[in-house]
Parts: sequence; C-alpha cells; structure tokens
Amino acid sequence: MVRVDGKGSGAVVELRNLDKKYYRGEEEIDVLRGLNLDVDAGEFIAFMGPSGSGKTTLLNLIGGLDTPTAGTVRVNGDEISALSGRKLAAWRARNIGFIFQMYNLIPVLTAFQNVQLPLLLTGLGRAERRKHVEAALGLVGLSDRMNHYPRQLSGGQEQRAAIARAIVTDPKILLCDEPTGDLDRAAGDEILDIISRLSKEYGKTVFLVTHDPMAAKRASTVLHLDKGTLLECTADGQLVCGTEEVRR
Amino acid sequence: MAIPVEYNFRSVINRWTSTLVAILSIAGTVGVFVVMLAMSQGFMATLVSSGSPQNAILIRGGAEGEMMSAILLDQVRVIADAPGVARSESGDPLVSAEVVTIGAFPLLSSGSDANVQIRGTSPAVMGVRPDVKIVDGRFFRSGLTELIVGRNVPTTYEGLRLGSTVEFGGGRWTVVGVFDAGGSSFDSELWCDARVLNQVYKRPENVFQSVTVRLASTQAFDEFKDAVTADPQLTVDVFREAAYYAEQSRLVSTIIRVLGFLVAAVMAVGAVFAALNTMYSAVTARSSEIGTLKALGFGPGSIVTSFLAESVIIALIGGAVGCLAALPFNGFTTGTMNWSSFSYLAFSFRVTPAILAGGMVFSILMGVIGGLPPAVRAARLPVVVVLREM
Ligand SMILES: Nc1ncnc2c1ncn2[C@@H]1O[C@H](COP(=O)(O)OP(=O)(O)OP(=O)(O)O)[C@@H](O)[C@H]1O
Ligand SMILES: [Mg+2]
Repeated sequence: MVRVDGKGSGAVVELRNLDKKYYRGEEEIDVLRGLNLDVDAGEFIAFMGPSGSGKTTLLNLIGGLDTPTAGTVRVNGDEISALSGRKLAAWRARNIGFIFQMYNLIPVLTAFQNVQLPLLLTGLGRAERRKHVEAALGLVGLSDRMNHYPRQLSGGQEQRAAIARAIVTDPKILLCDEPTGDLDRAAGDEILDIISRLSKEYGKTVFLVTHDPMAAKRASTVLHLDKGTLLECTADGQLVCGTEEVRR
Repeated sequence: MAIPVEYNFRSVINRWTSTLVAILSIAGTVGVFVVMLAMSQGFMATLVSSGSPQNAILIRGGAEGEMMSAILLDQVRVIADAPGVARSESGDPLVSAEVVTIGAFPLLSSGSDANVQIRGTSPAVMGVRPDVKIVDGRFFRSGLTELIVGRNVPTTYEGLRLGSTVEFGGGRWTVVGVFDAGGSSFDSELWCDARVLNQVYKRPENVFQSVTVRLASTQAFDEFKDAVTADPQLTVDVFREAAYYAEQSRLVSTIIRVLGFLVAAVMAVGAVFAALNTMYSAVTARSSEIGTLKALGFGPGSIVTSFLAESVIIALIGGAVGCLAALPFNGFTTGTMNWSSFSYLAFSFRVTPAILAGGMVFSILMGVIGGLPPAVRAARLPVVVVLREM
C-alpha cells in the first residue's frame, strides 16, 4: 500500500504534513510543503520530478540525514524527526542502507573494508563480520574484487560495492539517490537488476530517486514530486489518480 | 567499534606531502626538547656520579658549599675517629680533608681563560674515592707542588699535560699524573696536597673547607652522622656525598631544563599551528568521506576520535623523527660553567629512555591540541551539505 493523502496508518514509512524550508540569506526556499506519504513494507517506490524539486531532500528526511522544518517522519515505528545527533546516527546504522549517485566509497579502503564499515558499529566479531561482508559482496557479484581499492574498480563495480555496503547490516529500507546517474545503460541496468532483486527476493522497502523512466518502470509505484508534494503517476509521467497531466 | 585507524593511517600516507610540514615541525620541537633534557640530565649525572653512596661529606654547619666552609685540623681528627669510618689496610682512617680554589687556564678550543677547580686533598684521597684511578703518571707526593689532573683537563686546557709545569697562586707546579674519575665532575679538576695549596695561597695551614669520609658501609652513614652531629666539638653539616653533589647540580640543571622548556614551548606553538593547518585541510579535503561515514551511522564521537587519532599518528611520526634526530647527541661532550663552584665542568649529553618517552608524550600532546579543533569541526560538518558537494 502506498498513499499520498495522509490517511494511511501503520505503514513502515509515514510522513505527515512535512515542511522543509531552506534559508539562503533572506531568501526562503520552500522545498517540501505539507507532504504526506505512507509506504508499506516491501514496496518499491520511485521518486521522479524535475531537478531541484526536492527528491534528495525527501530521501534525506526519510533516512534521518536531515530534519524537517515542520511535520513528522515516522520510520519503522520510530519518530525520527524527534531524534538528533548521535541517536539519529545510531538509528541510521540499524535501519537504513544508503546508495548514492557517486558511490561514496572511501578511497583508501578496499572493497572489503568499505563494505565492512557499517558492521563496525555492531557488536559482531571479526569472523562474523567477514562472513557478512563476503555474503554481501557475493550477492552483488563482486567476490573476486574484494581486495581492490575503489580506483581499481569500474563505476558499475564501485556502485555494486556500495550496494553491498548498504545491505551488509541487513536494513529493511534502502534509499537510492540516482544510483545509475553516473553509469552507462548496461552498467546501470545491472545495478537496477540488483536493486529489483533486493526488493523482490529480500523484501526490502526501496526508495529510488531517478530521472530515467526506464529505471522508474522497475518500481511498483512511481511518485512525482511537484510543488512540494507528491502525486502518484505511471513511470512515463501519467497521473494515476487525478486529472492533471504531468509535464515532463 | 569505531572507524578503523587503518583509515587514518592510509589517509596520512596518501597525503604525506601535506603532512610533511606538521611532521617536521613536531620533529624539530621534540628534538630540541630531548636534546635540552639530555643536556640537563648529563650535567646532573656528571655531578651526581662524583658522589659515592658509601661516602659522607662534611662542611661547616650552615655553609652553602665547600667554598664558604671552614673546618679545623682538630675537628678533622675528631671526625676521623668517629664510628663508621672505614680504615685502610694499615689502619689509617680513610678521610680526606680538602680545600678548593679556582685557577684560570686558557681553553684549547678558544684560547680564552676558563676557571678550573683546584682541589687540595689529603694523601688518603685515593682510598676515600676508590673509583678514581691514576691512568697516567703517578700520584702527587705530599709536601711538594705537584698536581694530578682529571682526564678531561689535558684535552680541554693549554699547558696542563702530563709533565707540564704551570704557575699559579705564586707557586710552580708540575703535572705528575692523570686520573680517571669515571665521567664525574672530578675529571675536570686539578688535585694536589691540601697543605701545600694552603701554603702557596698563604692560607692558614690547618684550616680545610670540607672533609670527605669513606664509610665502612653505606648503612654506616646514620651511625656516623649521629655521632658527628652529637659531638659538642663539631658544628658541621653531614651529607651523603651523592646527595650533596645532586644538590650542587640543581641550579644549573634546572636552568638548562627551564631554558629547554621555554624554547620547546615556543616551538610547540608553531608545531601545533602546523598540525592544526594540516588537519583542517584534511577535514576540508575529505568532507564528503566524513559525510559518508556519518550517513553510515558513525556518530560525532567516532568522527572526533578518528580525526584525533590521525593527528596523533602524525604527531607520533614527528616525535619519532625528532627522537631519532636527537639520539646522536647521546654522549656528545661539552662544558659549561658550574655555578656552584664557578668553574668549568665538562659533561656529556645523556639521552635516556625516560627522556625519549617524555619526548613522545610531548608529541602526543601537540597532536591532541592541534587535532582537536579540526576533529570537532569534522564531527560538526552538516552531513546533508557535504554529501551534496560530491
Ligand atoms: N543546504 C541547502 N541550502 C539551501 N538550499 C538548498 C540546500 N539544499 C538544497 N537546497 C535547495 O532545495 C531544493 C531541492 O534540492 P534537492 O537536492 O532536494 O533537489 P533534487 O530534486 O534532488 O534535484 P536533482 O534532481 O538536481 O538532484 C533546490 O532548490 C536546492 O537548491
Ligand atoms: Mg538530488
């Protein structure tokens, strides 16, 4: 179930009357205005919308990287809009896997060490950690590149290592911000295959920000971010409910 | 578990050129710090080693040192009869009643005059100080203007070799022997017969400035001291010889140390700024990495610890380089004015493990001070903003 009218209840991600403003000197930028969203576990959501419409902002709020100006963010039953600093960091480590456009691997660490990073925040012993890292790297098909440094990997391989890092602690929610934005079609498709699998086979709740309708087609629901709120539409930009045709 | 230090290690190696200034500044500071302490330590050790734990030294009650003291021959006899005094094989008490004066001799190195401590001793002095050995020539004969000189003397002053004759105090003296006092301050002294010295300088013949006593054992000190201080004929202060010389070294070694601390403190300010600069630029250059680590769930504490660790790693490298650079100074010989006797004293630098450890602690301190503000800045970086800067 996915709702944008604020009427759902008990969803794994529940956003209510979310406002996000940025201030640039005197200027006030209203990025999100009264946004509502309910997403049940296991859904695969694609966020689309023009550049600057607030997709990254919305993802950051769901992932607890940022806090709203007004409204509430409830994820996995925790009201994270009320948390801050250290508590929020610990919450992220337990609940969220992030996948970025630029992969964000630590250049001085090997693929193995990069993937292991989130496990260092758990109480797992060395052998346990190794098992988890190997499983995650195996899942993304990178077992043979374990001891390579990021600069020794192709873009697609880097992103696969980043996905392994995002899933190594087995979080329920994956937040992907244009994960194929820097890749060619073939490499991008491989990444999307992996993300689809994580949704279908592993039951992850996936949020995917993309400009690519082909990528959005992988999602079970496509949401369009416009004027600070969400509208449900098809992958190629047709509104599902409502009459206004969305310009793309 | 926190961010692995391997991350910091590799980052430092990766950007080694930008850490070089910080490493060298810290190395220089630690180097100076270690060398100055080694100098102070060497000076102190030279004087302290002059004193034997089995010897006691007596000066007039209330006198600050030998120079200001006076002990009469009658009193020397009373002291020699006190319990606890060791005796030679022939049964004579091992006691040396001594007078000191200062003579000026030209230094070989610069040609300018430097003060030399001249010590008049009893003929029994070699029994009182068994660590002192004649290495060349022979011991002076009592009643003659003969000198034996410490092993540093012939190489430090003009005209004081074995066989030389010199004039001072109105007498003509011949150097008849060279002795080795094991690196102690005696190695910079001239020794002769105390009575002859008094005669030549036209001082009362039976007045001495100090009495050094060989004790039967180290434990005999208390018994000896109690007896001597209880004797109504004597008003003397009794010290263990080692403690006496340690006290004599305090002024100069403290001056060297304070000077060393001051210089090191000034340099440390520069080194801390270099560390600050290096770490601030590291934080700026790696802000997106910091943002990523935060997104993964590493809290402010982990970030502060990690960057502090990095700064301390840099500081430890600097500290190690500084210590290594200071090591060759170990044994380096120099001389300075010994302010308690106003005479020139040769001594060697001593780089001890404790001093090296102190240097490393000092470097860690600089690393922490220079690393903390940048580490706090790293922890405060707004994660959303830095992630946008990719
Ligand atoms: N820290 C900030 N300070 C001021 N304005 C900001 C800040 N972060 C984002 N914005 C503004 O908020 C708006 C939404 O930004 P956001 O990055 O969420 O858009 P987006 O939909 O992800 O765009 P894109 O498709 O280009 O990634 C933009 O107008 C951006 O300029
Ligand atoms: Mg964006």
